[in-house]
Amino acid sequence: MAAKKIILRFGKDISDKPIIYHLAKDYGLVFNIIKANVNPNKEGTVVLELTGEQYAKGLEYLESEGVRVQPLAEQLSRNELKCTSCGACTDICPTGALYLHRPSMEVVFDSDNCVLCQICLKVCPVKAMEVKF
Amino acid sequence: MAIEKTYAEINEKIRSGKAVVLTAEEVIALVEEKGVSEAARQVDVVTTGTFSPMCSSGVFLNFGHSKPRIRMQKVWLNGIPAYSGIAAVDAYLGATELPEDDPCNSNYPGEFRYGGGHVIHDLLSGKSIKLEALSYGTDCYPRRELETYITLNDINEATLFNPRNAYQNYNCAVNLSGKTIYTYMGLLKPNLGNAHYSSAGQLSPLLNDPYFLTIGIGTRIFLGGGIGYVAWHGTQHFPGIQTDQEKNSYGPAGGTLAVIGDLKQMKPEWLVGTSYLGYGATLTVGIGIPIPILNEDVMSCVSITDRDLYAPVVDYSDAYSQRISGNLGYVSYAELKTGKITVNGKEIPTAPLSSYPKAREIAGKLKDWIQKGDFFLSEPVKLLPSYQDQITAKTLDINDV
Repeated sequence: MAAKKIILRFGKDISDKPIIYHLAKDYGLVFNIIKANVNPNKEGTVVLELTGEQYAKGLEYLESEGVRVQPLAEQLSRNELKCTSCGACTDICPTGALYLHRPSMEVVFDSDNCVLCQICLKVCPVKAMEVKF
Repeated sequence: MAIEKTYAEINEKIRSGKAVVLTAEEVIALVEEKGVSEAARQVDVVTTGTFSPMCSSGVFLNFGHSKPRIRMQKVWLNGIPAYSGIAAVDAYLGATELPEDDPCNSNYPGEFRYGGGHVIHDLLSGKSIKLEALSYGTDCYPRRELETYITLNDINEATLFNPRNAYQNYNCAVNLSGKTIYTYMGLLKPNLGNAHYSSAGQLSPLLNDPYFLTIGIGTRIFLGGGIGYVAWHGTQHFPGIQTDQEKNSYGPAGGTLAVIGDLKQMKPEWLVGTSYLGYGATLTVGIGIPIPILNEDVMSCVSITDRDLYAPVVDYSDAYSQRISGNLGYVSYAELKTGKITVNGKEIPTAPLSSYPKAREIAGKLKDWIQKGDFFLSEPVKLLPSYQDQITAKTLDINDV
């Protein structure tokens, strides 16, 4: 079974729980953390590759703990024709995937740092950020 | 000897291809190297630019007459109401107008995905726009309803008329409260989580003519990718010099422009429908103004840099909304552009709402037009009021009825 890429979103109430540990120990799943941003008392995200026979049960466990699970089948992209490089997204993007190149002040999107939180879709004044499946 | 140039002399140089034109960004280095006098001698025109959301914008439209005729009493364009309390088939479509069935902020924060500004952009993009009109019927205008599709080419006039654009300077918005707020200055995170500013700074038109030495009624400008004119001073035109409590000066602020131009020769990339989460819809407008270097005073004004220009830091959770005067201090545009400022002892990230790259592009285009002899300067019929006129803002008192 091929590893699946998924995104886990944690509320701040559960950011202190050893959830990934239980995935491995109780369900025998093999995980590879691609990206993680989990801090005490903050909302967090983990992007990981996950595989194992009890994959479905592992996901059920995650959801029972209040973790939201999304497949990483989608990608965001910046429509360069629409984007005006205003910059309004750059201090809202939680991972710095959208940032201003200095001194040109052009907006840059580094999709490697994107955790698909999609807040840019809402805050972009000209709707230049797009979801691609 | 003092340097004096007239509009006619500068236009003659443009005509003969000899005019020296720099952008407001380029002129900085020249003045730093050669000084104001020598720069004033060498340069004829300095071009400015700004590309920002400007809510007080809209377009007068004349649709032409249907058969039989209608005196349009209510008008919608793609479902967005336009004001038709003027002659039979005239209407004014405002940039911030929303569909009557928009959920607005009842589903907080509202998205405001389509408004008057988006219709203007779609018209310019050549798209077909649904026109609906209702009326009561008269002997001379018997038709009571109408539904059709129009394009910009189909209608008689489309005159962009923006009552307040090109704010000379603007606040740097922060949020002191404990919850996220959604404002016309974007999403402001709680507890000084971020700071938003909105000015082209050293490229901004009215920051390069802070005392209104050259800009006035009839000044020909870059407007929405085409040619426009300064029609009047803008609404809420209160030019002044910012000071703190110790009377330290923080430069000019408060001037605005009313601008006008034929929409049909403008370009969709320079008039863009815009949405602010939880706030509303608007139009992002591209404006560029040429500053004729008439003398050294004018050159001295256009040589300002982001280090010399300041925005007041204002709390939008309370002080702005409750109209409490004062601010949290001043920050320079040079500081704002680094991406971090310090407010109340806390370092916070900054982001602009006004596109500096587009402002630079506009100043560059205008420079190009002038150098090619496609754009001449116009001498204003009358200069606009300046800080010396001491115009102050009136407030609206809520009287008991």
